[in-house]
Amino acid sequence: MDATAILWITVATAIGTFLLRLSFIQVFANREVPPILEQILRYVPSAAVSAIIVPAIVFTEETLDVSLGNERLIAGLLALVIAVRTRSFPLTVGIGMATFWLLRAVM
Amino acid sequence: MHENRRSFREGAKDIAPILLGVMPFAMISGITAVNVGISQPMAMAMSVFIFAGASQLAAYQLIAAGALPLVVIYTALVVNLRFVVYSASIAPYFQSLSTPWKWLYAYMLTDQGYAISLIRFREDETVSRAWYYLGASLPVWLVWQVFSAAGIFVGSAVPAHWGLDFAIPLTFMAVLVRSLENRAAVIAAVVGGVGAAAGYHLPLNLGLVLGVAAGILAGFAVDVASRPRRARKGER
Repeated sequence: MDATAILWITVATAIGTFLLRLSFIQVFANREVPPILEQILRYVPSAAVSAIIVPAIVFTEETLDVSLGNERLIAGLLALVIAVRTRSFPLTVGIGMATFWLLRAVM
Repeated sequence: MHENRRSFREGAKDIAPILLGVMPFAMISGITAVNVGISQPMAMAMSVFIFAGASQLAAYQLIAAGALPLVVIYTALVVNLRFVVYSASIAPYFQSLSTPWKWLYAYMLTDQGYAISLIRFREDETVSRAWYYLGASLPVWLVWQVFSAAGIFVGSAVPAHWGLDFAIPLTFMAVLVRSLENRAAVIAAVVGGVGAAAGYHLPLNLGLVLGVAAGILAGFAVDVASRPRRARKGER
């Protein structure tokens, strides 16, 4: 991606993020979040993060690859198990990366 | 005056153990930013001006995948929607502050500073809210910037063929697992992930946009459907 596009991404995301943070502190200081909105927002992190993870590990070079030959998929699934078991950020990333490198060296 | 300084110090003391978790996250953010082809100054600018790790990582992943800039912005902002909830629940404590302070405190709002401050505000009436929050948030900001800079520096020395950008989905695995607080959240994750993958070849990166939306709706639907049942169980 070219530098101009990345600059625009930075500007828009920075302003947007600031406005989300400022929203109730400044603008709606005396209002509460409607309960239904809060109920919806609760599922945003799970849905969004998963929507980023899954395509990143099941596609290699634009092709769906759900096989033992996909190092990212195997290392990613192992990392998921580590994450569930340990809830540790360094262990998840460390073991996941090590497995990825190992599989890539072997295959 | 003395009270303010005490409150600031209390905040800094309470946030200290949490800073250990911020360090590797910031390092990974800096390393992956330069590994997906973002220049060093721009990577540092993102760290300072966006100052929201999960959304930065999401942006780096999508920039690496060649997504449309608008989709990158959309996804980063969706990841940051949680700040609206934080903003609302902490707003009552900041009502007496002047506008410049409100803006500064909004900019500094993080998962860590928010969580630690809200716990203290609810149980301790004597602490100066504004100073405690500053004491808890300023260290997070400093550690984030210093370790992002270190990551950007280290990442520039690592060749792209090492595939360090794979650390982004791995980091998100740890984030994801922490967000799975109930069955509805698990459903939201499954639908979001499968939906985004199923729509991967749709034009304009619509697969991601629709996958996220479908995941949120699925989680919400399961939540709504399971509430009355839980209430009935409570009656028995």
